[in-house]
Amino acid sequence: MAAAMVPVVIAVIVGYGLVKGTPVFDLFLEGAKEGLVTSARILPALVGLVAAVGMFRVSGGLDILSWAMQPLGKLVGLPKEVLPLALMRPISGSGAMALFHDLLMEHGADSLIGRVSSVMMGSTETTFYTIAVYYGAAGIKNTRHSVPAALAGDVTGFLMSALMVRLLF
Amino acid sequence: MMNYIFGGMILLSFVFSVVNGRLDQLSNAALEQAGNAVELTFSLVGVLCLWSGLMKIAQGSGLTHALGKALSPITKRLFKGLNPEGEAIQAVCMNMIANFLGLGNAATPLGIQAICAMKKEEHAKRATNNMVTFVVLNTASFQLIPTTIALLRMKNGAGTPFDILPAVWVSSAVSVTVAILFAKLLAPVWRDS
Repeated sequence: MAAAMVPVVIAVIVGYGLVKGTPVFDLFLEGAKEGLVTSARILPALVGLVAAVGMFRVSGGLDILSWAMQPLGKLVGLPKEVLPLALMRPISGSGAMALFHDLLMEHGADSLIGRVSSVMMGSTETTFYTIAVYYGAAGIKNTRHSVPAALAGDVTGFLMSALMVRLLF
Repeated sequence: MMNYIFGGMILLSFVFSVVNGRLDQLSNAALEQAGNAVELTFSLVGVLCLWSGLMKIAQGSGLTHALGKALSPITKRLFKGLNPEGEAIQAVCMNMIANFLGLGNAATPLGIQAICAMKKEEHAKRATNNMVTFVVLNTASFQLIPTTIALLRMKNGAGTPFDILPAVWVSSAVSVTVAILFAKLLAPVWRDS
């Protein structure tokens, strides 16, 4: 589905441009040049964030924090096995995907843990990556209430995942 | 805020790796991941250029203008004070469409364009309320079909890999709503640190 979407969208954009008589290749080059500048601008933010996340992952902090959060998880109905995933999800997309894969292999896709983690992955995003890249590209340092508002959404997503799976399955 | 998150993560890593006796791995991870970030950026250069170029075509042909109009009932309410015909709102619309269709690697370049255009339009030095709303919309992105997740579920023996979709939709819808609510509610009370 998504694999077919990309060529369709590209074809629609270029096709519409041709029909309207726009100089499609000239415009493409102009835009692509801007993309190059943007890439250079997000590099520093990515180096900082990816290095910090990488350090956090090897430090074993994830297990300790998950353990500390178990009582809280129990209170809201999140299985303790998915807590590391909830902690990893906002900071690293590839890290969360790896944890998610492990959970599926260990507990099966159709178990409670498998389903809750699937819904968690489907309904949330890599919050800090998005914030760092977007504001980094625009050169904005003061992100104001972006982080608390985004995290409120993430926490809601995690709680809703557990709730919806328990309700629907 | 990002200062505290970056600093907090590094300090926590240090403390935890001392406790766990993993200082060697920590120094390796820092250097290795810094290199990985460069590779990650390089892998993004292509998609960034591709989608920025396609976006320029769509702007030149009037396609973004038409889509911007079609989505204006939503964007008008979410983004107050942005020019409804402007470049920023058009990029916002393209990003929303890409997110909805699950075109993750198109959504990022289009989102970056939207933030940059907002910065220009609103002459902002710090995040504006519209930027926060937009960023939050992306961090809690609403996706119709989470393909990668369904694929992994299928590989790991799911009877019906897509049976989680209704749960994903409700959960996404509620989390997006809460995130936007917080963005709006915190806007007037937020004190800059």
